[in-house]
Amino acid sequence: MDGEVVSTASADGGSDEVGRSISHEVVGDFLDANVEEEEDSSVAYLDNKMQLRDLLDISQVLSEAGSAIIDDSFTRCFKSNAPEPWNWNIYLFPLWALGVVFRYFVLFPIRAILLALGWVIFLGLFFPLHMALKNHDHTRRQIERGLVEFICSVFVASWTGVIRYHGPRPSRRPKQVFVANHTSMIDFVILEQMTAFAVIMQKHPGWVGFLQTTVLESLGCIWFNRTEANDRHAVALKLKKHIEDPDANPLLIFPEGTCVNNEYTVMFKKGAFELDCTVCPIAIKYNKIFVDAFWNSKKQSFTMHLMRLMTSWAVVCDVWYLEPQTIKPGETPIEFSERVRDLICLRAGIKKVPWDGYLKYHRPSPKLTEKKQQNFSEAVIRRLQSRNEGQ
Amino acid sequence: MGNSSSLLTQYDLEDLQNHCSHLYSQREIIALYERFCQLDRTGKGFISADEFMGVPEFAVNPLCQRLLKMLEGLNFKEFIALLSAFSARATRDDKLKFIFRVYDTDGNGKVTSSDMLQVLRDLSGSFLTDEQRQSVLTQALEQSGYTVDSALTLQDFKKVLGKADLKMDVEVPVD
Repeated sequence: MDGEVVSTASADGGSDEVGRSISHEVVGDFLDANVEEEEDSSVAYLDNKMQLRDLLDISQVLSEAGSAIIDDSFTRCFKSNAPEPWNWNIYLFPLWALGVVFRYFVLFPIRAILLALGWVIFLGLFFPLHMALKNHDHTRRQIERGLVEFICSVFVASWTGVIRYHGPRPSRRPKQVFVANHTSMIDFVILEQMTAFAVIMQKHPGWVGFLQTTVLESLGCIWFNRTEANDRHAVALKLKKHIEDPDANPLLIFPEGTCVNNEYTVMFKKGAFELDCTVCPIAIKYNKIFVDAFWNSKKQSFTMHLMRLMTSWAVVCDVWYLEPQTIKPGETPIEFSERVRDLICLRAGIKKVPWDGYLKYHRPSPKLTEKKQQNFSEAVIRRLQSRNEGQ
Repeated sequence: MGNSSSLLTQYDLEDLQNHCSHLYSQREIIALYERFCQLDRTGKGFISADEFMGVPEFAVNPLCQRLLKMLEGLNFKEFIALLSAFSARATRDDKLKFIFRVYDTDGNGKVTSSDMLQVLRDLSGSFLTDEQRQSVLTQALEQSGYTVDSALTLQDFKKVLGKADLKMDVEVPVD
């Protein structure tokens, strides 16, 4: 099962965007470095000609491939962090074992009951009110907003969430969009318990999907299917409409489009940054002291992920609401998104990688390979010319 | 996953070290084993072409198809033996042998000009014409005293690349 809360990209189709900023980041830097080297060496052999040695020496390209196999920054983004073993010690082990018993047989049942009660209250109020207040849109929205915030705080309580919020709380006003880094669907729950956001998400199967179509609909959430280009277009239109509405819930987008392990951020999709409105960054950093909050959706269903959180001591997390940013004159949406990403990374202390998170689902665009080939070819042609001039 | 290193016994490690001519330390082998298990998502004991191509940094490499043929389906022993050419402890000869193998696709111990042209084609794609590639290669070969018809042996290779500054050391991250 895959599917997390995801952001939409713009309507321009996926493959083009895949690896867009790779080309001007890592690969760009890397090629720049390469070109410089080439130029250095061509200075050294300036009066010389294309040597067989230079033509046959593919060590640079091979070592790039070697380092990609031995360790690559993309796979690192989606690696679950193994818990630090600390309990393998004769003194600590009994304590740890006691802890396990307590967590699974005392804490977990209490939390499960709490969560169940929360749901009963929530569903018991939500649907009747939803029906009863059909013609009172404003009141209904307000009550539903409160109810969703309530159920989210029940969720947070069910993992004993210790969450510190820093900075001013988001307010409701038109022409603003909130963007946050994404680790798990619980990001959404954590943010939602403070402010009822409308979120853009991937369509989910199962019980999460049911909630999407019933409860979250009322918040103005927008969902789509990551792999369908038509959906992207429809979402872009809905987005535009949503941000113009002053009474709508503030819009939250996870521009990475996929869950990352909270040690890295992948490229931000530019969709959120070309809406021509204020972007309010939110940085979320989990403390892995008790449990790793990363949802590895390829390995674990969301229910199992929640179970893991509910059997841990606590989920410790910091949330920073950062200063709103607007696009600067002359700045492209891509540059703008990178600037916002820098702010989030800096605040949360996570590292940037230049990859598109959707590379989990597709192959990188051949343009990147072509760029490398072009650089190589240009260097060869330069040498050829200098040789011909030398003659 | 974190405990996959414990699946390797001391015997295994020594055996593996012999297999890669002691070019990797035991810690590096453990790190490489974890990496191998990570790439081999379904735990079948080898890494498929598809899994290699799932690493974007690898998939954008112009030589990836050529390397895939060497890497695909290797078990862990063969995998580290192959990668050991990238170790900082590997000698120049080890590295040159590896480069030679990349050129010598049919494995007959000879690199012909068509082998070299194919690598050039991988590296330059559509940005050089066949004629350009041909003329660059002919010039370069003639300069070093070979002709288009000569086939380079490993010895020739060592002579030609003798002074080249090979950049082929890849560090294995150990924690």
